[in-house]
Amino acid sequence: MKVRIPSPLRSYTKQQSEVAGSGSSLWEVLADLDKNYPGIRFRMIDEQDGIRQHIKFFVNNEETEKLDQPVAETDTVHIICALSGG
Amino acid sequence: MTATKVKNVNVLVGTRKGAFVLTSDTGRKKWEQSDPIFLGHIIHHFAADTRTAGVMLMAAKTGHLGPTVFRSTDGGTTWTEASKPPAFAKVEETPDGKKGRVVERVFWLTQGHDSQPGVWYAGTSPAGVFISKDDGDTWEPVAGFNDNPMYEQWTEGATPDGVFLHSILVDPRDSNHMYLGISIGGCFESTDAGASWKPLNKGIEAEWIPDPTVEFGHDPHCIVYHPASPDRLYQQNHCGIYKIDRPSDQWIRIGRNMPEGVGDIGFPIVVHPTNVDTAWVFPMDGTEVWPRTSPEGKPAAYVTTNGGDTWKRQDKGLPHKQAYLTVKRQAMTTDKQNPVGLYFGTTGGEVWASADEGETWECIARHLPEVYSLTVQES
Repeated sequence: MKVRIPSPLRSYTKQQSEVAGSGSSLWEVLADLDKNYPGIRFRMIDEQDGIRQHIKFFVNNEETEKLDQPVAETDTVHIICALSGG
Repeated sequence: MTATKVKNVNVLVGTRKGAFVLTSDTGRKKWEQSDPIFLGHIIHHFAADTRTAGVMLMAAKTGHLGPTVFRSTDGGTTWTEASKPPAFAKVEETPDGKKGRVVERVFWLTQGHDSQPGVWYAGTSPAGVFISKDDGDTWEPVAGFNDNPMYEQWTEGATPDGVFLHSILVDPRDSNHMYLGISIGGCFESTDAGASWKPLNKGIEAEWIPDPTVEFGHDPHCIVYHPASPDRLYQQNHCGIYKIDRPSDQWIRIGRNMPEGVGDIGFPIVVHPTNVDTAWVFPMDGTEVWPRTSPEGKPAAYVTTNGGDTWKRQDKGLPHKQAYLTVKRQAMTTDKQNPVGLYFGTTGGEVWASADEGETWECIARHLPEVYSLTVQES
């Protein structure tokens, strides 16, 4: 599947805005991402497995707050950094 | 004090929008500013290891992403992220919905004892202590503090920005002997390398606590020990300036001797590298709604050379009016030259330096982002 990477996380993906991911749930996709790009998951998911405040996940056009959200090989996972700061 | 031959002084600057290095010539008269490092990242602390050449650490996060530590082993030429940043232990959510703690910020970095190269400590918000034994690559919780049965009570108070654990001090004579500060919580001491802790707050005032004998709940802004005489500690607290001579457990409010109208409120306090009775503070306005800016718009450092009996104003070269500076707790430091160099950074993005122990000041960098921390690297 395709995983869209926001600019604050592209230092992990060698500046690629889109990378290939695999897994049958968002949890597995993030684990796969972290295997390929070590450290990226912790910037999005805290140590209690909570989604950090300014991170949003969309599977195709649907936002999800569930890490066990099923995903299919044909889906696109969008990682969004909500606007914050100044 | 014998003059020390030094190649140069680097001032490592952590800001709200990245890090910078200011490099001096040998006379500390000319300074060069580096390009930004990790531009846009929030750098709460940026420090170089005095034990292992080339090791440097930064406590970082961004507005969007979780906290982490960046590390260099080649003097800042290249940087990598800690493979296991500070994080609290994973705990299952309780039936009543209580979740485990989450590190929001890595706020403080302290290198370990000279006999333990590779060891670093980190302080976080919410309050936590973490240790690395591999130059900052992997971090583990210090359970003696983070899981202490008194943790909830010790960290019950909070600043508007949360609870911050800072001023982790390792006694240069004994790696097992440590201190730390919590805003809000107080000063705590361990004599067993962090396995257990006890409050050390007698004599400290806390205007929001009716009971003046309370054991904890105080707000130390910055605690330092004297490197040549580690039984002498100084503390800039939310409620005044203090010193203590261990093994006494009684802090003494030496800030009462500051000039009336200036007061003894501030964030940082720093000590002379060899003279135990010499320390500097940078007072701020702590009246009414606490502007936390230079009193009356007239910034100055104040120095004591007699352990706080008297204080002398040092403002030559600083703006004499209409200057509302704020200097945060990590944003003032010294070098080890003779005469001692002093440095402070402001929330307005300036770095000021004195090459004569505070007698005269010069602005050595401006137009930086909000300065969060300064440390000195000497080679």
